[in-house]
Amino acid sequence: MVRRMTAVLEISGLRKTYRSRKGVRNALDGFDMVVEAGQVHGFLGPNGSGKTTTLRTLLGLIRPNDGRMAILGQEVPRRLPQVAGQVGAIVESPQFFGNFTAKDTLSLLADAGNVNRSRVPAVLDLVGLRDRAGERVKTYSLGMKQRLAVASALLKEPKLLILDEPANGLDPGGIREMRTLMRDLSASGMTVLLSSHILGEIQLICDSVTIISAGRRVTSGSVAEVLASHTSGAVRVRLEQGGDLFGAAQVLREAGAQVTLEADYMVVGNASNPALITRLLAQRGVYVSELTPIAADLEDVFLELTGTAPVEGQNRQVDESALGAGRNGWGQ
Amino acid sequence: MSLAKAESRRLFKRRFTSLILIGVMLVLALVAAGTFLSNQKATPERIAEAKAQAAASFQSAVQEAEREKKRCLAAPGTPDAANYPADCTQMWTPTPEEFDYTWYMPPTFDMRQNFPDMIMVFAVVLAAAAFLVGASFVGSEWHSGGMMNLLLWRPRRLQVLGTKLTVFLGWFTGLTLLLGAAWAGAFQAIALLRGSTEKMTAGVWQSFGLTGLRGLGLILAAGAIGFALASLGRHTGMALGALIGVGAVQIGVFIMAQLGGAAYPEAYLGPLWAYAWMVKEVPLENMSSCDFSANGGCKPEIFTMTWQVAGTGFAIVTVLVVGAALWALRRRDIS
Ligand SMILES: Nc1ncnc2c1ncn2[C@@H]1O[C@H](COP(=O)(O)OP(=O)(O)OP(=O)(O)O)[C@@H](O)[C@H]1O
Ligand SMILES: [Mg+2]
Repeated sequence: MVRRMTAVLEISGLRKTYRSRKGVRNALDGFDMVVEAGQVHGFLGPNGSGKTTTLRTLLGLIRPNDGRMAILGQEVPRRLPQVAGQVGAIVESPQFFGNFTAKDTLSLLADAGNVNRSRVPAVLDLVGLRDRAGERVKTYSLGMKQRLAVASALLKEPKLLILDEPANGLDPGGIREMRTLMRDLSASGMTVLLSSHILGEIQLICDSVTIISAGRRVTSGSVAEVLASHTSGAVRVRLEQGGDLFGAAQVLREAGAQVTLEADYMVVGNASNPALITRLLAQRGVYVSELTPIAADLEDVFLELTGTAPVEGQNRQVDESALGAGRNGWGQ
Repeated sequence: MSLAKAESRRLFKRRFTSLILIGVMLVLALVAAGTFLSNQKATPERIAEAKAQAAASFQSAVQEAEREKKRCLAAPGTPDAANYPADCTQMWTPTPEEFDYTWYMPPTFDMRQNFPDMIMVFAVVLAAAAFLVGASFVGSEWHSGGMMNLLLWRPRRLQVLGTKLTVFLGWFTGLTLLLGAAWAGAFQAIALLRGSTEKMTAGVWQSFGLTGLRGLGLILAAGAIGFALASLGRHTGMALGALIGVGAVQIGVFIMAQLGGAAYPEAYLGPLWAYAWMVKEVPLENMSSCDFSANGGCKPEIFTMTWQVAGTGFAIVTVLVVGAALWALRRRDIS
């Protein structure tokens, strides 16, 4: 079956500049993103990289300085009123009027958005708030508010669901429920855009991801592609029986490789061209018996691409993230 | 339409709204009850009683005057003489006119004369309520993040804020008309039971109606301004703060105007404008001027603040504040 890819969400060249007395901050600096229909798309980036700014801009809460955006083929913000009914969204740490109950809050939104009020109990049940629906929102815990927000986003049966850190404050059971929910929604044809810092979670539920750093996209694609193309070049190198591991490491180090020695193998950290390893070692009469790329997980890719891996003895500051860092590996 | 329905529901689901409305009813009920209890009807018996009291007072005053006159005549040559005039016939003798029986009557509620003040009380109480409810209606929505959620559903910002304002003003108009009718009814009853409805012609009722309409204008302006200020500051407290700030500035300007020798310093006070709007005309005197005329002596210049001037002033302020709130909403980032 050929799955026709249609973009539910397209962003190109998005720019947002915050001006204040302290100066100018480019929160978004020519950001691009594409989300295909029916996918669960992960939106990753370090703190302050511009995820929330992107989502707010998309939802018409913030005016961009430049760039084009389209949701479901409609240009936004110009045609946002037409598509708003098909986009369910929660933005970062959602808040509600505290003196209303969850049921009232949702039924008022349903009225305002022309949605049948009878859906309210259904979505409250879905997020596990059925028995607490009659209590005032200000008595809710963080995770309960988050669940209410998810319920409000699901209320209009959207085609596109935008969730900014929905797992924030959820308990382990809640996170797993959220995972199942995302899968079910996606299976029913909904497209989900999900920003999160829980990368294990993203790796489990997302079909594709976009990684943003300092207001620009540093990579995107299906999870498998991203993992494959950014294995960080680390390879495990084993030598044939009796090979001089220490000498071999010396040779590679002299050529600029980052080598970590283990008991009976070594790891070359930045080998974007593994053939170079075999060539260098063969020239010295040392032969490689195993050369396996070490499968990176999303966390490794993330830390590498955004340049936010912790460095011993340094306190990384929030804006110290990189644009395309680590892309220029050794041996290219 | 669905948005208007939702906003109506929201307005009446709010506890603050019901609290203020209950407060308004309570205050109005207390004023009406107080008026009822402190007034009495002028029945023939009471008039007779008052006339008897007046006559008795007149008699005792006459007797007292006689006694004084005698003492005056006996005074010359004694140390008491200094207390009396030389010519004792010049001394005051009471006349019956000076003992009008109406002074001996308990207060009585005259609809035609006293109801306009009651319209004023009504307008002030409801205007204060409208200001508070309007400010809190949108202020706490902003503050709690509810407004942002709503905008995710209805991205047309001006439509959202405009609908909110319209719904709120609409309900307050209805409430004012309803309570206003009840208010007029209550005082008509009080006048019937504890006063008089004499000379209440259709023309008088019409004039009451017009005053009431001006009161409605005042109430709606107060509501719109409270709403707009809270929306501008995204917080209920902002409206109250602005009110206090403007009050302080007013007093400052008033004092400066007085010190600076402005002709009519009172004209710088907002409440006077509201008063002029309600009573149609307020004469202001220029105390430092002297318009000399042969028979009247020194008469100060008069500046008459009319309801047209006051109304125009209020309209301009209201339009500016509401316009600023809409303009700010159109432009700003919501986060
Ligand atoms: N209202 C604002 N005024 C000024 N700067 C802002 C404002 N909102 C966000 N920023 C700046 O824009 C940048 C991007 O912020 P944003 O909230 O989009 O980050 P994020 O990717 O959502 O981060 P996090 O993972 O912490 O949620 C940050 O540097 C932030 O300081
Ligand atoms: Mg964020």
